[in-house]
Amino acid sequence: MSLRKSRVEMPAQDPKERVKNFKEVALGYTSEMAREEASRCLNCKNPLCKKGCPVEVDIPEFISALKEDDPARAAKILKNKNNLPAICGRVCPQENQCEMHCILGKKGEPVAIGRLERFVADWEREQVNLKPEKVETINKKVAIIGSGPAGLTAAADLAKLGYQVTIFEALHVPGGVLMYGIPEFRLPKEVVQQEINYIKKLGVDIQVNFVVGKTATIADLLEEGYDAVFIGTGAGLPNFMNLPGENLNGIYSANEFLTRTNLMKAYLFPQYATPIKIGKKVAVIGAGNVAMDAARTALRLGAEESYIVYRRSAEEMPARHEEVEHAREEGVQFLFLTSPVAYKGDEKGHVRAMTCQKFALGDPDESGRRKPVAIPGSEFDMEVDTVVVAIGQGPNPLVPRTTPGLILTKKGNIQADEETGATSLPNVFAGGDIVTGAATVILAMGAGKKAARAIHRYLQGIEK
Amino acid sequence: MYEILKNEVLGSNIYLFEVKAARIAAKAEAGQFVIIRLHETAERIPLTIADYSREKGTITIIFQAVGASTRELAEYEAGQKILDLVGPLGVPSEIENYGTVVCIGGGVGIAPIYPIARALKEAGNRVISIIGARSRDLLFWKEKMAAVSDELLIATDDGSEGRKGFVTDVLKDLLEKEKIERVWAIGPMVMMKAVANTTRPFAVKTIVSLNPIMVDGTGMCGACRVAVGKETKFACVDGPEFDGHEVDFDLAMKRLAIFKDEEQRILAKGQCGGGCGCH
Ligand SMILES: Cc1cc2nc3c(=O)[nH]c(=O)nc-3n(C[C@H](O)[C@H](O)[C@H](O)COP(=O)(O)OP(=O)(O)OC[C@H]3O[C@@H](n4cnc5c(N)ncnc54)[C@H](O)[C@@H]3O)c2cc1C
Ligand SMILES: Cc1cc2nc3c(=O)[nH]c(=O)nc-3n(C[C@H](O)[C@H](O)[C@H](O)COP(=O)(O)OP(=O)(O)OC[C@H]3O[C@@H](n4cnc5c(N)ncnc54)[C@H](O)[C@@H]3O)c2cc1C
Ligand code: SF4
Ligand code: SF4
Ligand code: FES
Ligand SMILES: [Mg+2]
Repeated sequence: MSLRKSRVEMPAQDPKERVKNFKEVALGYTSEMAREEASRCLNCKNPLCKKGCPVEVDIPEFISALKEDDPARAAKILKNKNNLPAICGRVCPQENQCEMHCILGKKGEPVAIGRLERFVADWEREQVNLKPEKVETINKKVAIIGSGPAGLTAAADLAKLGYQVTIFEALHVPGGVLMYGIPEFRLPKEVVQQEINYIKKLGVDIQVNFVVGKTATIADLLEEGYDAVFIGTGAGLPNFMNLPGENLNGIYSANEFLTRTNLMKAYLFPQYATPIKIGKKVAVIGAGNVAMDAARTALRLGAEESYIVYRRSAEEMPARHEEVEHAREEGVQFLFLTSPVAYKGDEKGHVRAMTCQKFALGDPDESGRRKPVAIPGSEFDMEVDTVVVAIGQGPNPLVPRTTPGLILTKKGNIQADEETGATSLPNVFAGGDIVTGAATVILAMGAGKKAARAIHRYLQGIEK
Repeated sequence: MYEILKNEVLGSNIYLFEVKAARIAAKAEAGQFVIIRLHETAERIPLTIADYSREKGTITIIFQAVGASTRELAEYEAGQKILDLVGPLGVPSEIENYGTVVCIGGGVGIAPIYPIARALKEAGNRVISIIGARSRDLLFWKEKMAAVSDELLIATDDGSEGRKGFVTDVLKDLLEKEKIERVWAIGPMVMMKAVANTTRPFAVKTIVSLNPIMVDGTGMCGACRVAVGKETKFACVDGPEFDGHEVDFDLAMKRLAIFKDEEQRILAKGQCGGGCGCH
């Protein structure tokens, strides 16, 4: 059989059309495409791909089942390890995870593991809707704080072991960034909620509208009878640059801009009551995934022009290549080696222009990227009426502030063991962005998985 | 779901709701607020916890029906349920025995000042309260305020009750007359600004409770940012109470107006039933 060197392309909505709607951009494989792509997998004896998957998906096994045209078995294998496969299949940075290690990548393109994962998960959700197997219950209670990918994974794995698990979530829906941050057109909220429903079917109780540190503290929860706690509160504190005029109207944090749009569905205003104001010319500060999402969202909300404004050059952009490509195709423009130094507003206090400075690339800094150096006298004004600041998020201090004895890092993240999530408190574990700083869905899930295992050992009295 | 136990009209367009929310009532302190979302397509709006009963497991909110969401809320009756209610949010008021303090509530701001006045009174302060509104039909909770105050003074713009004039007129007289240790003021932004301006020459520390636009109320979005001194603060987690002499009120007022057009639009939709096809 002659192997194709390149992977099967996944169909996508035409860029001209998709910038006018919030429907999913990538359309997913058909069964034929999935089988063809699956047939590329060598079913390696020593599958390198598996090393790259933090939740230990049995990759060759599920792909083999697909090859044999048995998507039901593929789904079972997949869901055994991955509680959120339809999500991972869409937003996992596969190129840096499993696919980076795939042997085929040495000579040609690696197997499109993520796309296959998405296919199987979507098939399962639409066709069979697997019911979880019954497990023997263990009479111990675990509290999970935060329902992002870290918390959901820890909760699901513990429920599968038989624990009684309650998730406490501050917002009115579970999902964390999957619901409020990542846009509908990359990750439909219906898909997220269906995967969360599966986790509920495992027996996990989800209490929304519950802010730990306010509604109750960790000490309160322990007193109420929880035997262990997992903190997965994410990196939800938006950074600003503290520039003159940064509080003018029309300047949003990426979190506000995306939360209004995704979580509150402001793109359906006034059918949904949460407003958002979008101007004609939008500048998004930063060039990570969050910035790409904001710039693409701006176009869909009706902006005429949407710019990524970035201090460094194209090469240093932290966003996934695919996201940058999608943004370009949709008409997002890029202004490199440029950064705002001040904002100017009108008499009503709405932003009208942004004074920018130009930069040149100097010597590499501690991150290994060349450091941007300001060019004196290069200031210029750029007219804008909407700005989205997407320069990163820090850890939310609500839980740390109200949990005496919890040791933090210098940046305010929770200090936790990389392998177990163990914190400075004996029965408290942590993982995901609150520990690592803003990272990825799959790393948060990996941390949740490890912590679940460690909590199990701890509660069985084996070790911490 | 959170059941409404009581819906009472307190004055023109002012409503009091008692809502079953045991967990929130158990933790609530003066100065804190909740965020509610009425139903699936509703927005999240913050409202102060005007009172709470730990025994009954209830909280009281008082609001003025000013726009689409608050008018919609006003239609809810006892027995109906609110979809989402989260709290208690924000930092509680700093309650200590300061000596003589003044608590000022303007308009619907009388509701949030009440638990603060009560806590200050319980802490041993001599509490002088000033409540004010445009006219008497907007005043409420006179007896409740009197019960937690050593002295209760009233001002209305039109003179229909108490002194004709502003709460700041009453305050100024007090400041000239006796030594005041601290002032709390809650009401419209313009009123709080005026109070801060009144106390400034007397160098009396003045706490105001800011009500910027909020979304999550947990420090995640930054919509609620306000300038205090040289710093930007998130009112939902750093406040809502701040030193009134440090607050940039003009900025705060402009920020409150950002969605004026949209608010008009959704209000219009509610009024014509949306069948007109014009929006
Ligand atoms: C716009 C955007 C796009 C992204 N795109 C991608 C992508 O394409 N691929 C990718 O891999 N990663 C992406 N990321 C990063 C990824 O989403 C995060 O790394 C991941 O969600 C972290 O998971 P978490 O479980 O640690 O926290 P989060 O997802 O942040 O969830 C934390 C949850 O805890 C809740 N919480 C916080 N404090 C409390 C409290 N005190 N009490 C109760 N609940 C609380 C929050 O409300 C939230 O629901 C993106 C991030 C953003 C913002
Ligand atoms: C901490 C805090 C406590 C509050 N406590 C009370 C209270 O006890 N009683 C009371 O009557 N009001 C209170 N408010 C104000 C109340 O939230 C607004 O009146 C309400 O959101 C208006 O919604 P609407 O849709 O009816 O009116 P809209 O027409 O949408 O808005 C009217 C005005 O209210 C403000 N507003 C709009 N949306 C929000 C929002 N999401 N968050 C904050 N303000 C907004 C804007 O200035 C707007 O112009 C409080 C606000 C804050 C921040
Ligand atoms: S979860 Fe991510 S890393 Fe693991 S197999 Fe799926 S795409 Fe690869
Ligand atoms: S390394 Fe690549 S070819 Fe080998 S099993 Fe994994 S996906 Fe298949
Ligand atoms: S309301 Fe979002 S940070 Fe305060
Ligand atoms: Mg409103």
